[in-house]
Amino acid sequence: MSEDVIKAEGLTKIFNHNLVAVDHINFSVKQGEIFGFLGPNGAGKTTTINMLITVLKPTEGHAYILGKDIAKENMEVRNSIGVVPQEYTADEDLTGYENILLCADLYGIPREIAKRRAVELLELVELTAFKDKRVQTYSGGMRRRLELACGLINRPKLLFLDEPTLGLDVQTRTATWNYVRKLKKEYGMTLFMTTHYLEEADALCDRIAIIDHGKIIVTGTPEELKESLGGDIITLGIQKDVDITGLVKKIPHVKEVRKENGSYLIKSENGEVTAPLIIEALRKEGHVVTKLSLTKPTLNEVYLQYTGKSMRDAEESPEAVFAQRATMRRARK
Amino acid sequence: MSETNGRLNSRSKLHGLWALTNRELKKWYKAPVVFLLTLIQPIIWLGLLGNALNLGSLVSPDSFAIPAQVITQLQLSPSQVSGLQQLFGNLGSQILQSTFGTTSYISFMAVGMMAFTALFTTMFSGMSVVWDRRLGFLNKVLSTPVSRSVIILSKVLSATLRSMFQALIILIIAIPFGFQLGASFTPLNLLGVFAMLFLVCVGLSSMFIAINIRSSRIETPMAVMNLLNLPLTFASSAFFPIDKMPMWLQAVANVNPMSYTIDGIRQLLIFNTNYTQLAWDFAYVGIFAAVLTTIGIVLSWRYLNK
Ligand SMILES: Nc1ncnc2c1ncn2[C@@H]1O[C@H](COP(=O)(O)OP(=O)(O)OP(=O)(O)O)[C@@H](O)[C@H]1O
Ligand SMILES: [Mg+2]
Repeated sequence: MSEDVIKAEGLTKIFNHNLVAVDHINFSVKQGEIFGFLGPNGAGKTTTINMLITVLKPTEGHAYILGKDIAKENMEVRNSIGVVPQEYTADEDLTGYENILLCADLYGIPREIAKRRAVELLELVELTAFKDKRVQTYSGGMRRRLELACGLINRPKLLFLDEPTLGLDVQTRTATWNYVRKLKKEYGMTLFMTTHYLEEADALCDRIAIIDHGKIIVTGTPEELKESLGGDIITLGIQKDVDITGLVKKIPHVKEVRKENGSYLIKSENGEVTAPLIIEALRKEGHVVTKLSLTKPTLNEVYLQYTGKSMRDAEESPEAVFAQRATMRRARK
Repeated sequence: MSETNGRLNSRSKLHGLWALTNRELKKWYKAPVVFLLTLIQPIIWLGLLGNALNLGSLVSPDSFAIPAQVITQLQLSPSQVSGLQQLFGNLGSQILQSTFGTTSYISFMAVGMMAFTALFTTMFSGMSVVWDRRLGFLNKVLSTPVSRSVIILSKVLSATLRSMFQALIILIIAIPFGFQLGASFTPLNLLGVFAMLFLVCVGLSSMFIAINIRSSRIETPMAVMNLLNLPLTFASSAFFPIDKMPMWLQAVANVNPMSYTIDGIRQLLIFNTNYTQLAWDFAYVGIFAAVLTTIGIVLSWRYLNK
């Protein structure tokens, strides 16, 4: 079998014979990768995870986890994976420690080993001090960490994280990222996570698939995806009110120029190299550059490009898209 | 990872059964308020209803007085009066005996309560499936190597254990309220009582779980269960003997498994045991349990494998 930790071939889920939640998706995840599934609400992220973790049966297609068929060898699959669900599933009436032991029992881990691991895991997620408190009294961040500990009880080779930072404050989110990085680095674990926080996907994931309406629209490293947008955005202002569009367009790497609110928005590859060339060219013609800024595209732009209006309304002009992206960027500032 | 493989081989098919069952039970025995309520509830029932409806006391020699008007009209001597009073009093307990099969209505009713506690406890346990689904716990368990049947069995088992314990509590509490054991009672009969309760609880909880497992909202199964509970409760011999009911109600009561459960327990605890009747009760409840358990588990299992 292949070395892929996850391999999905035409994986499809149709609910009630008409709702296509996941539509013939193909992707693979390599050993030791953090693979991110990025998509808006209802895109089919959780449904994909539920099929991969053998909770839902695919309507069509196949998937292999560590070479095992999720449909035929589901017991083997269940043994080798860990799951941190989107919801808080820990039993509120039990303590954190009891919850971890309950998870251990579900994997049939002998009590002695389970107790040892529970102590280690509570240490890892920094819940040792609260282990005998009922989960009811835990904060959202603590509960998320407890879910993580439960998902690790069987020492999985592959961990599924469904929206691991949903609803957490910035601090707790950063802490969660650190756990995830630690799992990858120290345990060589492969991680499959879903999120709709773009900066999270950018910061954590080695590779990303953007999913919308049940279809994978694009797959690649965050860098590849950002480059696929066709470059950086240079915003430029000049003293006199004359049109320099034609002039700028002649400069190498420049792909697109637009005038908006008295400024020029220039799309270009390698913006940091192009910007000095633009200043140089303008000065030669006697123009005075009053302001200049350079914006590297973020996953935000990528996301919008692939799932946003620009994708759905294919008719829309490139200008409108450009403007929309600029607006987005301003809104963020 | 050799540890993982070792585990795989040594693990039984039923692993996780006790862990999941205990999780349910812990919610009950570890919550002092819930547990206390389980104890208080039968006291209130027996104290209020049992005494209010204690028909025996209405016609006992002490409570029954022949009106003075009658005495003067018939010119009865004091000894005749007390004789008559005695006669009517005995007549009362004879009526009780012939109606309820025992002179103690509270004993009659306590057994009915044992059966209904089983009905309601299994019903509420069935509803916990809905919560497990909504909170994502069910999905989490489904992603672990616990077998699907264990997930259902743990629900059935926890509901059954809890119901049996509550029935025992009712029995113990009923004793100071005047519960009278039948003449043929031996401690061995208790085993029979719990066997009977076990059968009916397994059947009922399988049914309630199957009703609940598909639903992610509580309203639909609630409506279905209410619809079921009404005939199960009132068209049975729990509080009133079947042969004194109107014919149409008798027809329902005669197929109601609760009637057979209750009669079986009464045969064992308070009646002069009629073994043919008892065997018939066991057979009926046994078949009911087997059919419902099979249907319930097959339906739930199919759903979980969707
Ligand atoms: N059990 C189900 N029965 C019917 N439809 C379902 C079921 N589960 C999900 N769906 C539908 O499938 C689609 C995809 O849902 P899914 O939960 O996979 O989205 P998601 O990407 O995880 O969204 P979110 O970001 O909100 O978690 C949605 O339209 C949802 O309504
Ligand atoms: Mg989701």
